[in-house]
Amino acid sequence: MDPLLLSRIQFGANISFHILFPTITIALGWVLLFFKWRYNATGDTAWMRAYFTWVKVFALSFAMGVVSGVTMSFQFGTNWPGYMETVGNIAGPLLAYEVLTAFFLEAAFLGIMLFGFRRVSNRVHTLATLLVAGGTTLSAFWILALNSWMQTPAGFEMRDGVAHATDWWAIVFNPSFPYRLAHMLLASGLTVSFLIAGTSALRLLAGDRSESMWKALRTGIFTAAVLIPVQIFAGDQHGLNTLEHQPQKVAAMEANWQTRGNVPLVLFAIPDEAARENRFEIAIPNGASLILGHSPGAVVPGLDDYAGNHPPVFPVFWAFRIMVGTGLAMLALSWTAAWFLWRRQTLPKPVALALVPMALSGWVATLAGWYTTEIGRQPWLVTGILKTVDAVGPVAGSHVAFTLTVYLILYAVLLVAYLGVLVHLALKAARDGDTSPLPSVLDRPMAQPVQTER
Amino acid sequence: MTLDWPFLLPLIFAGLMGLSILIYVVLDGFDLGIGILFALAEDEEKDVMIAAIGPFWDANETWLVLAVGLLLVAFPAAHGVILTALYIPVFVLLVGLILRGVAFDFRAKVPAGGKHRWNMAFLVGSVVASLAQGYMLGVYVLGLDTGLPAMAFGALVALCLAASYAAMGAAWLIYKTEGALQKNAVLWLRSALVFTALGMAAVSLATPFASPRIFDKWFVLPDMIWLSPLPVLSAILFLWLWRQTFALPRENDRHALTPFLTLSGIFALGFAGLAWSFYPFVVPDRLTIWEAASAPESLAIILAGTAVVLPIIIVYSFYAYRVFSGKATDLTYD
Repeated sequence: MDPLLLSRIQFGANISFHILFPTITIALGWVLLFFKWRYNATGDTAWMRAYFTWVKVFALSFAMGVVSGVTMSFQFGTNWPGYMETVGNIAGPLLAYEVLTAFFLEAAFLGIMLFGFRRVSNRVHTLATLLVAGGTTLSAFWILALNSWMQTPAGFEMRDGVAHATDWWAIVFNPSFPYRLAHMLLASGLTVSFLIAGTSALRLLAGDRSESMWKALRTGIFTAAVLIPVQIFAGDQHGLNTLEHQPQKVAAMEANWQTRGNVPLVLFAIPDEAARENRFEIAIPNGASLILGHSPGAVVPGLDDYAGNHPPVFPVFWAFRIMVGTGLAMLALSWTAAWFLWRRQTLPKPVALALVPMALSGWVATLAGWYTTEIGRQPWLVTGILKTVDAVGPVAGSHVAFTLTVYLILYAVLLVAYLGVLVHLALKAARDGDTSPLPSVLDRPMAQPVQTER
Repeated sequence: MTLDWPFLLPLIFAGLMGLSILIYVVLDGFDLGIGILFALAEDEEKDVMIAAIGPFWDANETWLVLAVGLLLVAFPAAHGVILTALYIPVFVLLVGLILRGVAFDFRAKVPAGGKHRWNMAFLVGSVVASLAQGYMLGVYVLGLDTGLPAMAFGALVALCLAASYAAMGAAWLIYKTEGALQKNAVLWLRSALVFTALGMAAVSLATPFASPRIFDKWFVLPDMIWLSPLPVLSAILFLWLWRQTFALPRENDRHALTPFLTLSGIFALGFAGLAWSFYPFVVPDRLTIWEAASAPESLAIILAGTAVVLPIIIVYSFYAYRVFSGKATDLTYD
């Protein structure tokens, strides 16, 4: 068995599993801070109930993110030693700053945020929530800086086959970084909005009419409705940035085999890599030229300019379409739901039913987007510097096959358990409604006695 | 050798990495240990045991990420050699850490019927992760050898490290709990101490005999005299702690934290001994810390950040521990 392919599948599986959870915690931290802030401002305990429901999801997602993240930090060494040996001077400091400035911050204050409500003053508890939310976002900043540098490297020079840093500002703020960071943070916001909207819709369908459910539902839907057009704009800008710096990726996304003008926008096709053409193509004439070049005759780079040096077309083409399709579904559903909530203060049953499966739409779009950009980087691991094939380690294929199998089983079991708990927590919250016991806040440090609200 | 940056930086980073590993072993040691002790605990005791570590474990595990991170960023060449040589044990460690890390959260959130399954996952994950760490230590001590004797030695160290984690867990329980559970913890500590002492003795003896270079570092005058406090002090602390287990728990819960601090001291002494044995190698007898280090300018930029951030991390970690000081109570999200 080919250790390269197996190692790629293993790393791909691991990072796909991992990204599901940071995608939730990055934005959920801020949503929790919002709930906490509304509670502090209004004294309405429904906000605190919403907080307690969602802080459990945060805790579980954070734990899943930590354990899968630890796995990844080891896999750099176990499967891809060539990576750190070649670009360790750049990747090392960025990863180190992620651990030092972000990871510790989240992990240390998470305990206070989760279990410290009765042990610290309300103000310190709010501050802990803020620090955890800030930590997760800072974490995303460093990781995306590194990922973007791998896509569009800058600020370095090669000496004896090893990258050396020359300009740290240029390394961190490399050409694709601002676009990727914005795109990912918005993706996280949308994932959480739809997760909250979807599980709240489930509670609504289960007969829950509690204030905390309405508050969470409105937060989810209105946030989604605001973020989705911003995301479509940010994604378009990111695409234009990719066209400038990684044209072969855009050519694969559009399955455009020849550099030419009047390029159509392909809606459906089965790209055939051997024949270098599309089968069963359905396309809008001049569409891609209009989107990418803002004129019907604009010349768009095609795959023929990059023969032997471009990514596999089929997965990139389809991953991109799944992402865009999911985004358009999010737009339609969130605006419909927002209109009903705004005008009618309630949701019709079909809309609520549609929201439930869309709870996971953020995951689908995020994964599809990452597959587009990461498979789109192939055959390079670091564009122009290191090919994926040159980074793989000496471990035997049979060993990788064994570990890959166990990881896949483990991830599948954990994913099922995680979704099961989400549904269980939603239905439990629906049963309890506004009658769940709520501890009152004792606004002084180290407050000991517990008082339950009557 | 002159005292310039290309000489000093790898040394500083070796020190930082060693410090992170030591802090990790002490801190995650007690929460892994409590997972191991799940094998002996009653169901109702398990909630208290989890409550004793719940607010801390995320931050504890972060020290492992920092240690591996420093290996990765400061010594990239060594990182590749060590982790590919230990491919399967690292994998076993990760599966263990994944299982126990999520079991922690799942056990409190699944419907009541499923709780015992996640308790079992927490136990198995903790045991497996501890054994894997011990095995890796054993194989590393013998210079990443893969022969049968090395594997047997790895298995021995695995058992002893797991026992020493169990001892740490028991010592932490003595500090965080009261009543019957605390009394049990004292008994658990006493049994686990025997294996801890055995393991430390085995590693201490095997290391010099496996490598003539290490032998020469220890058994040569006058170094032998300077080094003698390490084993002597460890032995004294062991004996003293052993005697303490017959007197604990004391009136008014005095000295409840002492066993944990004593064990941490023993871990630190043992670690210092290992560090002396291997210096200046990061991959035993193959790569020195200077041969494996990153470029000085990259190390310098990490060091600048570390010098500012690490003290802050230590301060807020202490704060987090202080917030949750005292006996463990029910762990609730409020």
